[in-house]
Amino acid sequence: MPTTAGRAGPEVLYTHTVPPAAAWSLPLARGRSVLLTAAAGANLAMLVLGPDRLDRLSVADTLTAQGRACVAPPMVLMSDRGLALLSVTGSSLPSHDALCGMGAERHVPGAATSFQRDRNDWRRSARTLVLSELAKHGLGELDLHAPVSFFSRVCVQEDAAGSLAYLPGYCRDGDWVSLRAEQDVLLVLCTAPHPLDPQWAPAAVQARVLAAGPAAPLGEDASYRLCPQSARALEQSLRASG
Amino acid sequence: MTAVTGRGARTSAAPASRSARERYSPRTVGKARLDVVVESGDGYLATVPHGGHLRLVDLHGSQVAAALLFDAADLANRYSAVDTVREQGVSQLSRGSVLLSARLDPLARIVADSCGRHDTLTGVCAQESNAVRFGEHTRHQHACRETFLRYGAARGIGARELSAGISFFKDVAVAPSGELALGDGTAAPGRHVELRTERDVLVLVSCCPQLNDASNGWNPTPVRLLGWW
Repeated sequence: MPTTAGRAGPEVLYTHTVPPAAAWSLPLARGRSVLLTAAAGANLAMLVLGPDRLDRLSVADTLTAQGRACVAPPMVLMSDRGLALLSVTGSSLPSHDALCGMGAERHVPGAATSFQRDRNDWRRSARTLVLSELAKHGLGELDLHAPVSFFSRVCVQEDAAGSLAYLPGYCRDGDWVSLRAEQDVLLVLCTAPHPLDPQWAPAAVQARVLAAGPAAPLGEDASYRLCPQSARALEQSLRASG
Repeated sequence: MTAVTGRGARTSAAPASRSARERYSPRTVGKARLDVVVESGDGYLATVPHGGHLRLVDLHGSQVAAALLFDAADLANRYSAVDTVREQGVSQLSRGSVLLSARLDPLARIVADSCGRHDTLTGVCAQESNAVRFGEHTRHQHACRETFLRYGAARGIGARELSAGISFFKDVAVAPSGELALGDGTAAPGRHVELRTERDVLVLVSCCPQLNDASNGWNPTPVRLLGWW
């Protein structure tokens, strides 16, 4: 587990637990980090919007630039305009899915639920939850983009078609990922199950927001050193921040 | 089966040795409603009615044609790469692939493909991502996003409407380790891919000008667009 309050590390500013199959907006100021800790079986879809809300996470550019088909530390999550939005500073899991988008109504199993009947246990898809959250910020369908699905793993097979294989049981209780904001970002998080998860068993994710740590020399930062492309995205963010 | 390539209609039997995944389109050039050559660095916005066929032809081989699709009645109902990949369960596009919108509506289906596979994971090039991938010296080189914005403007497609698109004729492989890399390609002049639309669709095409990697064989060349409706 990474350093938290009580040891010589960044101060925990606050903690919030996103319940199973819920959505939450997290504005994260540049330099701050968030430590996300999952309950067993969790999936966390994350959209990222930059300080200019038109500049959002580009999974395609992030994967292409860093030569991976998944998200893993210490990769940099990049925007459409080549800015580093977040650095994935650490994780207990080797990789996280970014190929499969988020669940829609057809991925919510069982009979239709309603608030009238099921109160706050009613089931809504990730798409519904995320759009509801985006609407609070005056954003909508056109602001949707491919999310990262933290705590989930989908492997691409070696056959010619590149078949996808979802790995059940990948996330165990206490698995975590830490992200550092490289810009003032808005994160939209959703704990609905991964769309390829055969069962509806959403789990909670705890978010601990940490104060900015001491500024280490850029050249020593693991994300900066990953590859020239991640370094350039981080330099772009520095330039944009002044 | 009649094989028609971008170099004019010719008739030949599909070779018996072709893999089952390759399919030649039976439509003939002479009856096309749309027939344009799009030079590298240029683009086109095609309005294709429901049931129409749009064929992209890689005239000289090793040329990426980037594309975005939109429901003509509602731009927010736009092509979604990740929803398409997930729903079809495979990461490559090929004959039979249904191109889905973010609302999971079918926009078009690939009905003919003499190439075998097309990429929708790596997105479409832009000046900003070029600068990240290749260095600052590439920031002012032309890229597909400029072309999309230029041709999309006439129908209200702007920065907010853009999203990750398809790179037809681009061969990208995902290794078991999860590494993503440009493949050797199935480069052959005259390859084509043909879509049949499942509703009225806008297809925004850019003939990719990328010079910094092997996507276009280090030499961007024109593609031909043919349409039947």
